[in-house]
Amino acid sequence: MSKENLNLTLKVWRQKGKKDKGGFETYKLKGVSTHASFLEMMDILNEELITTGKDPVAFDHDCREGICGMCSMYINGRAHGPQRGTTTCQLHMRHFEDGETITIEPWRATPFPVIKDLVVDRSAFDKIQQAGGYVSVNTGNAPDGNAVPIPKADADEAFNAAACIGCGACVAACKNASAMLFVSAKVSQFALLPQGQPERKERVGKMVAKMDELGFGNCTNTGACEAECPKGISISNIARMNREYLGAVLAPGN
Amino acid sequence: MKLDAKIPSGPISEKWTKYRSTVRLVSPANKRKLDIIVVGTGLAGASAAASLAELGYKVKAFCFQDSPRRAHSIAAQGGINAAKNYQNDGDSTYRLFYDTVKGGDYRAREANVYRLAEVSASIIDQCVAQGVPFARDYGGLLDNRSFGGTQVSRTFYARGQTGQQLLLGAYSALNRQIEKGQVQMFSRHEMVEVVVVDGKARGIIARNLVTGELERHGAHAVVIASGGYGNVFYLSTNAMGSNVTAAWKAHKKGAFFGNPCFTQIHPTCLPQSGEYQSKLTLMSESLRNDGRIWVPKNKVDAEAIRTGTKVAADLTEEARDYFLERRYPAFGNLVPRDVASRAAKEMCDAGHGVNPTGLAVFLDFRDAINRLGKDVISARYGNLFEMYEKITGDDPYSTPMKIYPAVHYTMGGLWVDYNLMTTVPGLYAIGEANFSDHGANRLGASALMQGLADGYFVLPYTIGDYLADEIRTTAIDTKHAAFEQAEKDVAERYKLFTSINGKQSPESFHRRLGKIMWEYCGMARNAEGLTKAIGLIQDLRKEFWSDVRVSGDINAFNPELDKAMRVADFIELGELMVRDALTRKESCGGHFREESQTEEGEAMRDDENYAFVSAWEFAGVDAEPVLHKENLEFEVVKLTQRSYK
Ligand SMILES: Cc1cc2nc3c(=O)[nH]c(=O)nc-3n(C[C@H](O)[C@H](O)[C@H](O)COP(=O)(O)OP(=O)(O)OC[C@H]3O[C@@H](n4cnc5c(N)ncnc54)[C@H](O)[C@@H]3O)c2cc1C
Ligand code: FES
Repeated sequence: MSKENLNLTLKVWRQKGKKDKGGFETYKLKGVSTHASFLEMMDILNEELITTGKDPVAFDHDCREGICGMCSMYINGRAHGPQRGTTTCQLHMRHFEDGETITIEPWRATPFPVIKDLVVDRSAFDKIQQAGGYVSVNTGNAPDGNAVPIPKADADEAFNAAACIGCGACVAACKNASAMLFVSAKVSQFALLPQGQPERKERVGKMVAKMDELGFGNCTNTGACEAECPKGISISNIARMNREYLGAVLAPGN
Repeated sequence: MKLDAKIPSGPISEKWTKYRSTVRLVSPANKRKLDIIVVGTGLAGASAAASLAELGYKVKAFCFQDSPRRAHSIAAQGGINAAKNYQNDGDSTYRLFYDTVKGGDYRAREANVYRLAEVSASIIDQCVAQGVPFARDYGGLLDNRSFGGTQVSRTFYARGQTGQQLLLGAYSALNRQIEKGQVQMFSRHEMVEVVVVDGKARGIIARNLVTGELERHGAHAVVIASGGYGNVFYLSTNAMGSNVTAAWKAHKKGAFFGNPCFTQIHPTCLPQSGEYQSKLTLMSESLRNDGRIWVPKNKVDAEAIRTGTKVAADLTEEARDYFLERRYPAFGNLVPRDVASRAAKEMCDAGHGVNPTGLAVFLDFRDAINRLGKDVISARYGNLFEMYEKITGDDPYSTPMKIYPAVHYTMGGLWVDYNLMTTVPGLYAIGEANFSDHGANRLGASALMQGLADGYFVLPYTIGDYLADEIRTTAIDTKHAAFEQAEKDVAERYKLFTSINGKQSPESFHRRLGKIMWEYCGMARNAEGLTKAIGLIQDLRKEFWSDVRVSGDINAFNPELDKAMRVADFIELGELMVRDALTRKESCGGHFREESQTEEGEAMRDDENYAFVSAWEFAGVDAEPVLHKENLEFEVVKLTQRSYK
C-alpha cells in the first residue's frame, strides 16, 4: 500500500503585483494526507505561513467542485496538473509521490496579467463574451419552450460546447496564448441552436475581433488546449468556428 | 414596528395578475435617470440586473469572484422545477404551489409561493430563448425528470450541470447589457456596507479586492442577491467564498432577518476525511433512487470496518441494517432530505458509522447492479461514480459509497414583503439571500426556480412601485455625510483586523465556529445545547477580536483581510441562528427540536404556537435581538403533519 502521508517540497511562484518581477520560493510540507485535495494542501501551507508570520500564497478558488472555473494553477508544467479532465481543485494528493518536488505557477499569458502570486486577471474572457456571446432576447419576450423542437443530437452537441467553465487553461497551455478553444465553444453552442441563428454571423465576427484586439495569439493546431481542458471541450469547435468565421466574412453584404 | 407583508387582496390565483396590472409604473424617460445597485450575480442577481437594465434603469452589479459567471449558482446540479405539465402527468400551478408549501412544512407565505409557481413556466421559456441547452428527448422536446420524491416530472435539467447552464444564460443576458452600457459590472468587488440616508437605502461601500480601495456607490435602490449563508457551518456544500457579509451588513442597518435557523442538511454528501477538509461535496439526490442505505447492525462490525479489518462485502445480509427501509417502509430510501439526514446521524451517534471518523453510512449499489446490470447503473450515474472515485479513490461499482449529511442550503434570510423589499425602504433581497418561499425546508430543484423567478419576473415589477416615488430624486450624492461615515466605519474595522496581531488565522476561527454550529445547531437541537452554544459563540467572538492574525496590507489584494471580515460576520450571525433555534420550540422541516418529537422519534410541529415567521431586529452586537412575528395565514392549504411511515 502506498504511503498515507506525503512529505513534499513546493516551488511556488510568488509575485507581489502586476509590476513586480516575481520568482520561486521553496517550502517544505510534512505529512500531507493523500486524501487531501491539492487546494487543501495549499491551505495547509498557508496556515503554516500565517502562523509563522509570513504572507500566505494567494490563489483563486471558489466552488472546489470543478465547475466555477476559478482555480487556475500550473502544476509541474501543466495547466491544472497531471490528471486529465480534472481541475486543480479536484486533483487529489494521492496522485503525487512521497518526497516529490511540485512546481506551482500561475497561468502565463500576456492577456492574463498576474494580480498576485498565482492569481491572474482573466477579465479579457468576459470582454469577449460581452462582444457577442449571447442571444438578444429581452426578458418576457420568449415563446413557449417547446415551440421550436431541437433535434436531440444538436442539443447534446450544443451542451458539450456550453460545458466550458472559462478557466483559461486552454490559453495557459497554448504556446501562442490562443483563446480559440474558449471562443469557439461559445460560438459553437449558439451556431448549433435555432435560437442562435439570427445573430450567427455578426456574433462570430465580433467575438473574434475582440479576441484579437485583446492580444490573444493565433491557433496553430497543436491541440494543447484540448489536451489540458478539464472539461474535455473538443478542438472540433475551433474548426467549426473557422468555418463560421469564413462564412461570415465571405457572406454577401460583408 | 409592525411587520406588513403587503400581500395583495383577492383570491390567491388572482393576486399576482391583479398586482401586475395595477402596480405603478415608471416611464422610460424616468427610468433612465434612476440607478439600481445589484449585489451579486448568481441566478438571482444576474437575471435581475439584466432585466432591470433591459427596462432602462441604470444598473451597477457587483460580485466578489473574478467574473459574474462564477457565482455559486454555477454548482447546482440536479435541475429546476417549473409547472409546465409537458409530461401531461397532472402538474399545475396549484400543485407546484401546494407541494412547495407542504414540503416547507407550512412555514412559508402562501401568496409568495403561489406567485413563484405561477411564473415558473416563463422561466423555462426565457432560458430556452437564451440558448440554454436543456436536456431533450428524441422528438426534440424538453425532457423532464422527477426529483426529490415528487409524484410529477416537473424538473428541467441540463445533464448534471443545470445551475451552470442557467447561470451562463443569465450571464449572457447580463453581458449584452454590459456591452450596451446599461450595466456597469464590478467584479472582484465586495460590498461591505449599506448606506442609509434619511431612512432609505441609497448605496453601498465596496472594497475593490484587487487594489484594496474603498469605493462609494450611490443608487435609488439597492438589491441584495448575495446567496445563502450555509458556510456559517464552515463545512458545507457551498462554494468557499459564499458568505453572509452583504446580508449581515443589511441586517445591521435595519433589515430584519427571517427564520435564520432554518437550514437544509442534505443526506447524500461525501463524508469528511480529515481535519484539513475545506468543503463537502454533494452527491446527487438521484442516487437514492437505486442505492440502498445501511450500516452494520452490530457495533463490533462497524468498529472493524472503521479500523479496516473488515470491508462492507464481509457482512452478510443479516448483519446489515437498512435503517431507512426498516423505519419508513412506505418511502424507504426516498424519504425527504431532513428525515434521511437525521436517521443517518442517529445511527452514527449510536456507534454504527463506517469510516474512520465514525461519521458515514453506506450507500450501496450492489443489489441494483445485480438487478439491472452494471451498464444501466453506469448510464444513470456514471459521471457521479467517476466524481466519487476522483475524490475518494474508491470504486463505487465494487464497494459501497460512504455518505454523510452536510449543510446545503439556508431557507432563512433577509425578511422581505411581497415586493421583495426588506424592512429598509429601497433595500431589496432576492434569491437565496431572502427568506421568502421555502418555509422550513426547500424542495429539490426549487432554489434555481426561485432565484430566476425573483430576478427575471418579480423584482422588475415590484421595484417600480417604490421607484415611482423616486423620480424626482436626482443622482445620489456620495459625498453625503452618511457615505462619509459608512466609509470611515469600514476603514476602521479593516484597520482593527490588521492591528490585533494575534496568533490565529481567520480560517481557524471559522472552523471552530463551524464545529459549534454543527454540534449544537445542526441536525438536532435542544434547549440545553443551544443555550450552551450562545456562550461558546460569544467567547469565540471575544477571542477572535483579541487574537486574530491578519497579515498583509489593507491597500492591496489581500484575501486574508476579506476572510476576516466574513468570519467576523459569520460569528455574529451564528449567535442569531442559535437564538432563533432556541426560540422555536417546535420541530419543523430542517429544524428538529429534540423536545418536540413523537414517541417514535419523528418531528412534531406546533401550529398553534409557531405558525409564524421569526423576523429578528438587530439591537447591537452585545444586545439581545428583538423578535418580531409575521403570523402565517393559510387560506388555501390545510395544515397536516407530515408522515412517511
Ligand atoms: C452543490 C449544490 C447543488 C445545488 N443544486 C441545486 C439544484 O439542483 N437545484 C436547485 O434548485 N438548487 C440547487 N442548489 C441551490 C442553489 O444553487 C442556490 O440556492 C442558488 O443558486 C443561489 O443563487 P443566488 O443567486 O441566490 O446566489 P449565488 O449564486 O450564491 O450568488 C451570490 C452572488 O453574490 C455575490 N456576493 C456575495 N456576497 C457579496 C458581497 N459582499 N459583495 C459583492 N458580491 C457578493 C457573489 O459574488 C455571487 O455573485 C444547489 C446548491 C449547492 C450548494
Ligand atoms: S474552484 Fe471551482 S473549478 Fe476549481
